[in-house]
Amino acid sequence: MSHKPFALAALLAASCTAQAAPDADLAAIRSQINEIKQSYEQRIAALEQKLAQAESKATKAETTATKAETTASKAEVVANEARLNVRQPQTSASAFNPEISLILSGNYTNLKQNPSERRLQGFIPSGGELMPEGRSFNLGESELVIAANIDPMFRGTLRLALAPDNTLGVEEASVQTLGLGNGFNLKAGRFLSGVGYLNEQHPHEWDFSNAPLPYQAFFGNRLGMDGVQARWLAPTPIFLEFGAETARAMSFPATDESKSKNGLMSASAFVHLGGDLDVSNSWRGGISYFASQPKDREYEDPLNGLNNSFSGSSRTWIADLLWKWAPNGNAKQTNLKLQGEYFSRTESGDLIYDTATTAQQGNFRSTQSGFYAQAVYQFMPNWRVGYRYDRLSSGSANFELINNGALPAAALPLLASYSPSRNTAMVDWSPSEYSRVRLQYSQDKSRPEATDHQIWLQYVMSMGAHGAHKF
Amino acid sequence: MKKITRFVGISLLSLLSLPALASLNIFATVPEWGALAKEIGGDKVSIYTATTALQDPHRIEAKPSLLAQARRAQLVVANGAALEIGWLRLVVRDSGNSAIQSGQPGYFEAASQVAMREVPQVLDRANGDVHAAGNPHIHLDPRNILRVGEALTARMGELDAANAEAYRANFTAFASKWQAAIVRWENEAASLRGVPVLVHHSSFVYLSAWLGLKEQGKLEPKPGVEPSSGHLSALLERQKSTPARMVLRAAYQSDGPSLWIAGKAGIPAVLLPFTVGGTVEAGNLFGLFDDTIQRLLKANR
Repeated sequence: MSHKPFALAALLAASCTAQAAPDADLAAIRSQINEIKQSYEQRIAALEQKLAQAESKATKAETTATKAETTASKAEVVANEARLNVRQPQTSASAFNPEISLILSGNYTNLKQNPSERRLQGFIPSGGELMPEGRSFNLGESELVIAANIDPMFRGTLRLALAPDNTLGVEEASVQTLGLGNGFNLKAGRFLSGVGYLNEQHPHEWDFSNAPLPYQAFFGNRLGMDGVQARWLAPTPIFLEFGAETARAMSFPATDESKSKNGLMSASAFVHLGGDLDVSNSWRGGISYFASQPKDREYEDPLNGLNNSFSGSSRTWIADLLWKWAPNGNAKQTNLKLQGEYFSRTESGDLIYDTATTAQQGNFRSTQSGFYAQAVYQFMPNWRVGYRYDRLSSGSANFELINNGALPAAALPLLASYSPSRNTAMVDWSPSEYSRVRLQYSQDKSRPEATDHQIWLQYVMSMGAHGAHKF
Repeated sequence: MKKITRFVGISLLSLLSLPALASLNIFATVPEWGALAKEIGGDKVSIYTATTALQDPHRIEAKPSLLAQARRAQLVVANGAALEIGWLRLVVRDSGNSAIQSGQPGYFEAASQVAMREVPQVLDRANGDVHAAGNPHIHLDPRNILRVGEALTARMGELDAANAEAYRANFTAFASKWQAAIVRWENEAASLRGVPVLVHHSSFVYLSAWLGLKEQGKLEPKPGVEPSSGHLSALLERQKSTPARMVLRAAYQSDGPSLWIAGKAGIPAVLLPFTVGGTVEAGNLFGLFDDTIQRLLKANR
């Protein structure tokens, strides 16, 4: 601010001097201005030169930058290729860890009848759990599955079941061939038999919370085997598969578990046929046969408290049919699954009546059958409803000692003819492939004197390795 | 009875002789790789495609028909990157076919030929159905088709040496046509660069990266998890501040969620073929990209 008055004063003084100045002074001023002009011109020229230099430098920098960019993009391409070519190195031995998955389940049940009084009238107890086992809160089986390819030839699977009573069971421990070729597959160890459709599925894969009545009555829920299985897939455009097993059968109706003998014990054979009707409809059907020679197979008749024992032959036939529909074959939105199996078993041999005291022995023969049919419909993503009908027919047992009058007609009260049946409805919700919560209601008429009403609320969850989408 | 036996015998024999008709039996898991194998193989191969464009490739089961076809295949052309994890391993294992087991020349995976996008840093299913190897839908970047085609040609030639020359010639012809088409598509789609879009599932990551589309949100809250109304409302709210120009879905995905958000936001819901056969126009690989770009351009007008 203080400069302004000073500048004004200087201007005033200069103009006063100019007025009084002679020509000589004017010439001096001119030469001075010229000097100033020259010096400015020199400076401008110098500046221009500097500018030009800077400009050329900038261009050079730009060229360098472009080059760098090109190099960078080339490097990126090289890096991408390198990433493709160089596989992730195996950093440690644990890289070969097998696939591990764990299945957790549990339920809350509300039962009208006491589960300990439950029985399938007309049928010899199969020893399998007649689920549900208890009322209120129950922990289900926790399954731990470890599987891996052993080498290019074999694959191994171990499936442990941790029961809620803190016992550990080996559900499956098997090795199978990998691409033996020509459609052959061999399996050895402990596995679930390939008979029927549902038999090979584990409880967490079931569409209902419990096994169908025929599976409960004929196999004690499912037929397990310690032995070998051979399968052959025919090279035909339609699915045609043959299978045979020979094994120590680990379930009812066999008693192989306690047998001590060389050679063959139980055996089974099955054939499966299947295909697509069109893009929306797929199906699979099969016929299976299982033969066993139970020896001293004892059961307690809950109605008179006596123990009886059977030895002889047991032959079971199964026919199964599965039909799946999904619009355009896309099961994500809606789909329908229809499934049914029919069982027929004939046992003939000798029955020892009341093994504890009189132990009377006579010829015994019975033919029993049963079926279930079910429909499960996914009406929107994540939600399904299902209905199942099960029915068994006990037929009448043909016992020599009753026929000839040695024993009264009511000597085998558990085997008195009856047709157990059951209606089951369910709705389940699966927020993802790995979790499911199910509400199920059953009206169970497995014995004549009482109808049971069973309500289940169940969860089934899996974690770890991605499960297989079986058909 | 004799007649019946003879009839059955003859039909069985004719069934057995069927696979011998073509020189190379190929089992392709998804339509795009079936179509590519066809371009390379021409009439020298017989191709069975296990799924259609209207099926969610994550949700396939090991159907009996697939087992029967895998049994007779000499080459399985899979996508890989865990796309078929639910069913293919089971089909390959149970087929009893030694030629197509993993590790054999008869097992080919497309995804191992290209650089993967969206490889997760954290593997946790709390993040939905994540694929450890990265986003598996690699085919919607046409440059990947070339990379896979090159490797597939080599593999087909290895398995069927007699026709290796023909495969190479077919692929060379295809590749030059394809490269020209890429240039054309890139020119046509220049106006799509930077266009913000919503997608139903992360099906179009490779397409977006190629064309420069800006994926601003997914209708699925987590991969593989159904769109919820809460999540859709949140997306709609975001639309006010950062508006997307269109919402994309694949032919096999349900139209409900994208139609809802499109109606509310006043933007077009675009069905893309996703793979060969997804729309009438997407009859082959060229049609797939032609139609995809046409549909995007139409929505962007």
